Amino acid sequence: MSFDLLAEALIAGILLGCFYAAVSIGLSVAFGLLYVPHIAHPAFLVLGAYGVYGINQAGVDPILAGVILSPFFFFLGVGVYRFYHAVFERRGSDAGLRGLAFFFGVAFIVEVALILNYGVDQRMVQASYIGQGLSLGDYRLPYRMLVAFAVALGLTVLLSLYLSRTFMGRAIKAVAQDETGLALMGANPVKVKQWAFGIATATCPIAGALLIVIGPVEPGLGRLYIGRCFCVAVLAGLGSMKGTLAAGVILGIAESLVLTSMGASWAPAVAFGLLLAVLAVRPTGLFGR
Amino acid sequence: MILNRVQACLALAASLAMPALGNAQNPIRVGLSIAQTGPLSGAGKSGLLALQIWRDDVNAKGGLLGRPVELVVYDDQSNPSTTPGIYTKLVDVDKADLLIAPYGTNLTAPVMPLVKQRDLLLMGNFSLDANAQIKHDKYFNNAPWSSAKAMAQAYLALTGQLGVKTIAILAADAEFAQTIAGGVRQGLKERGLESVYDQNYPPNTVDFSSMLRALRAKKPEAVFVASYPSDSAAIIRALNETGVGSSVKIFGGAMVGLQYTTLMESLGSMLNGVVNFHAWVPERTMDFPGVRDFLARYQAKAKDANVDALGFYIPPFDYAIGQILAQAVNATKSLDNKVLAKYLRENEMKTIAGNFRYGPTGEWASPRVIFVQFQDVLDKNTDQFRSAGKQVIVGPAAYKTAPVRPFSEIRR
Repeated sequence: MSFDLLAEALIAGILLGCFYAAVSIGLSVAFGLLYVPHIAHPAFLVLGAYGVYGINQAGVDPILAGVILSPFFFFLGVGVYRFYHAVFERRGSDAGLRGLAFFFGVAFIVEVALILNYGVDQRMVQASYIGQGLSLGDYRLPYRMLVAFAVALGLTVLLSLYLSRTFMGRAIKAVAQDETGLALMGANPVKVKQWAFGIATATCPIAGALLIVIGPVEPGLGRLYIGRCFCVAVLAGLGSMKGTLAAGVILGIAESLVLTSMGASWAPAVAFGLLLAVLAVRPTGLFGR
Repeated sequence: MILNRVQACLALAASLAMPALGNAQNPIRVGLSIAQTGPLSGAGKSGLLALQIWRDDVNAKGGLLGRPVELVVYDDQSNPSTTPGIYTKLVDVDKADLLIAPYGTNLTAPVMPLVKQRDLLLMGNFSLDANAQIKHDKYFNNAPWSSAKAMAQAYLALTGQLGVKTIAILAADAEFAQTIAGGVRQGLKERGLESVYDQNYPPNTVDFSSMLRALRAKKPEAVFVASYPSDSAAIIRALNETGVGSSVKIFGGAMVGLQYTTLMESLGSMLNGVVNFHAWVPERTMDFPGVRDFLARYQAKAKDANVDALGFYIPPFDYAIGQILAQAVNATKSLDNKVLAKYLRENEMKTIAGNFRYGPTGEWASPRVIFVQFQDVLDKNTDQFRSAGKQVIVGPAAYKTAPVRPFSEIRR
């Protein structure tokens, strides 16, 4: 591989990796900090993407549409967590497996609802930066990937600051470390977790906007992202926002290099092989404690 | 005494009439599985709507053999592992009289051993080479192509017209894409073409910029892509953003999805110059009797059914499956699979998708896959595709409506 091609592959990998980080960051909160087996996270991303598609039909920018939808998804997340907690989490030791089944059911309902409402055809959005590239000498970088890069960076910084600088953010970190301890301090861990799950879900329409900016979406697309999202969240070290960004970038670079070199079919195997290798050396993930 | 005799005659007449009456109420069951969910459901749903229109048409005319036609349909979720079980149920439990294959090669291939073992008639539904290995004598395809090699040759003939010497191949890791890409690889030598890039990509690839960069570095003069709907859209976007270099004279091939209305509308002018396979487009050489009337009726129902709005790709050919079955049943006055298969082998089929005869493996004896080039396509406009001139036919010669123009020239 020539140096130029290698450089382009690296840049493309970083941009792609940031996109992976953005779609995984909500899961890093839900699964990484709250230990909720949220396999419906990719389905919520797709739901967010369809919401963005609907608003974009009126000419609103997809990313802005994602931000507009965020508060609604926050309340959706709060509602889903309250139900999950009341029916599964509170009941004891087998909540994990039953919770998994619950979120699988939620994902299925979301998918079927989208099929009934929108049909099964692929949907895309319109924006000035889609389908155009930035020319830097011989390099051409897709604007949509640059947008994904900027939004992912923004989301990571915002969530990192929120979790480290605000009272509620620290409470969320505390509930992840020692729920009983937090309760003894007089706080209600369930309310903290419900708030955190709301935040995790609120990231979905923004990441969903990136999903539909990057490529077409169809109701079943979430299934393709379950593996990737969990791979990034686990590779990051559960609950680490910086780690999520780093893990996404590592995954993106690995994929991009393999796709560029002779052996595109190996891209998923390399990505997941990387996950296994990291976990073998460092079971807590890259940034886990 | 006389009264008793009259009563007896009436009773006899009634008992003789009963079977006929019962027969009229006993529907002919046409069984199929077709994707209503999953990645193939876009085509599956629009195909099913076409079959439902055929069922309603045929029933409005009194059905087949005086019996109404009923469709027994299951959703295979685009999953090949489900289809053998579904077809076993259709045959053994639902007692289907006639069988239509699932949409697509990947879903049909697992059903072929079953229908061969039971010696059943199976109407193929847009498969490619599904019967090439198993050679079942009661399989008949609706798609206007005969084999991967023949399909690829039409594209390779276009490269010859443009004086191309080098080619790059990009294909999805899936049955259909690999079959057609294999056909291209087989045909390279006879056309004097050199392959400079040949990659299979995994089905869940998100961004194709990396692959297009690698491809561009090889400076091919032709690019053959075999892809599925989401990939096709992502590749076209990356093509616009990253470019493939000015050396490329022809780009496209077997990109499934570029026939779907939502993608054509969303991609708009990004499609200009791309040459892709198709089954039917509104060009003058495709004006078969009844096709436009069917499409008008399909399009009127498509919006409510949430399916492909234009319906140029699959629907006319799924309606044709019904017409083929009806023609054979009406001509032979039989539902015997052996009798029907003999009729299908020996007679010309008259359908809205054109008239044709079957060859030895149940594919069209004279394939009619067309390659279209997107020209002068505008953004955000579905109606532009309803008339001629936007998807001109550049091959084969018998159906050509415009000469192929070099990709690099159009994109300039």
